Amino acid sequence: MTTAASPSRVELDYTGSERLTMNMGPQHPSAHGVFRAILTLEGEQVVGVDAVIGYLHRCHEKLAETLTYAQYPSIASKTDYVAAMTSEFAYVRAAEMIGKIEVPKRAQYLRVIAAELQRVASHLLWLGTWCLDMGGALGGGATIFLYCIRERELVLDLFESLVGARLLYGFYQVGGVRYDIPSGWVEKCRETVDLMDRRIDEYQRMLEENPFFLVRTQGVGVISRELAQEVGISGPLVRGSGVNYDIRRTDPYSSYEDFDFRVPVETGGDCHARYRVRMVEFRESLNIVRQALDRLPEGPISSRPGLKSVAQIRIPKGEAYARVEGARGEVGCYLIADGSAKPYRMKWRGASFSNLAVLPHIIPGHKVADVVAIMGSVDPVFGEVDR
Amino acid sequence: MTAEEVRTRIAEQFPGAQSAGDAPVTVMVPADAWVPLARFAKETLGCLFFSFLSAVDWKEEGLEVIAKVDNVDAGISLLLKTRLGSGVSACPSLTDVYRGANWMERECYDMFGIRFEGHPDLRRILLGDDWEGHPLLKSYPVDAPHPPYR
Repeated sequence: MTTAASPSRVELDYTGSERLTMNMGPQHPSAHGVFRAILTLEGEQVVGVDAVIGYLHRCHEKLAETLTYAQYPSIASKTDYVAAMTSEFAYVRAAEMIGKIEVPKRAQYLRVIAAELQRVASHLLWLGTWCLDMGGALGGGATIFLYCIRERELVLDLFESLVGARLLYGFYQVGGVRYDIPSGWVEKCRETVDLMDRRIDEYQRMLEENPFFLVRTQGVGVISRELAQEVGISGPLVRGSGVNYDIRRTDPYSSYEDFDFRVPVETGGDCHARYRVRMVEFRESLNIVRQALDRLPEGPISSRPGLKSVAQIRIPKGEAYARVEGARGEVGCYLIADGSAKPYRMKWRGASFSNLAVLPHIIPGHKVADVVAIMGSVDPVFGEVDR
Repeated sequence: MTAEEVRTRIAEQFPGAQSAGDAPVTVMVPADAWVPLARFAKETLGCLFFSFLSAVDWKEEGLEVIAKVDNVDAGISLLLKTRLGSGVSACPSLTDVYRGANWMERECYDMFGIRFEGHPDLRRILLGDDWEGHPLLKSYPVDAPHPPYR
């Protein structure tokens, strides 16, 4: 966070052109959280941007040093609260890697089902809010948003009957998962997945047959392949820039190698490419859920059941970097254990932090209205940016 | 290129480096080889993807800076490390090699007080400009009040 520059001022540079400094945020609706972009404008055109983050900083990394391996996973979900399942996943995976803790096959499949449903829920929120941001141009604005929120509810209902919570779960535990699926859940999940497939077709038609949508997204906010890798953007963004990097494929974990799925890659690098990648990912996630439900093995859901105290899990000395493919990209947890019940050091590699860091490179040269479209296509979640 | 080959090539280029592990390959070098190592990783080993940069406070033994880079096409992961030494808080900046190091080093400065030499814009990123201290240092107490914020 930087102290405020004077909120709005006009100055003349030596060429006589008028430059305006404009604050976008920290309470701008298109920021999807608390983010402030200090834009330098020449007329409608952005010539400079200074991104100010940190409004949601809670110092998770310090907090993790004070909490045990059993306590922290449910706090981890508060980093990326839109895809809480995947942040828990990264943490428990790091602890399991250091401690060489086995995870039963059934737990691995349940983890995959939860993570993929979470990706669908997260992408739905992204699609809805992004279209809301570009509202007027889509002829009515809130339509897609309300449709997406309606469908996201169905996924949250599934999570609610599985875990008891709708936003922050605490589903993943070191050694397995906390709950097994209740009776009737599989059928309900299949129904939801089938319904979602049809609804996504509907959204795609609504958007791609709308010329305004195409104009707002095609050629806007182009990220080159080189810039994408150097800044370390990941997930749908880096795949939209022609880099075939999906951790589920390059470094499979939790039995992802058992499932048959495509990794969409687009070469355009613009907002439209990122949109297309996510639209395919929706369907692939639904397919993975179907496959996992079909082949769900029987057996225990945790290799260390019956936890009696929060300090019961001790991880031997060591370090590991665990990465999982979250809805926004590479969610990583670098963990150093010193043999006690708490980690010595934990580093979150938040996907949104790196994804957001690309903005100062791509926004200059665009119009103010495009800033909104670009920011939405990046899909930042500020809990994960600021941690 | 296998992890074995990566370790051999690094050992040829950087005689002082200690490397171990497969995924990721962990490489420890002295601070003066920090930037050359990163450049070697990027240009020769093709590690174009900059994953993250951070630090660890090893108390009396001083600070350790870590960075992870990947060659996503060949599946190579490198975890680069350098020890700054006891009481030292200056480190060469990687911003000339990887543009992604810009925000990561700002965060690292914010949390550990490490001054990255050659960074174009080294200021706090997550905490306010008037914040005192660097929270992730082990000497920074987690339960003491930090006025005026508590």
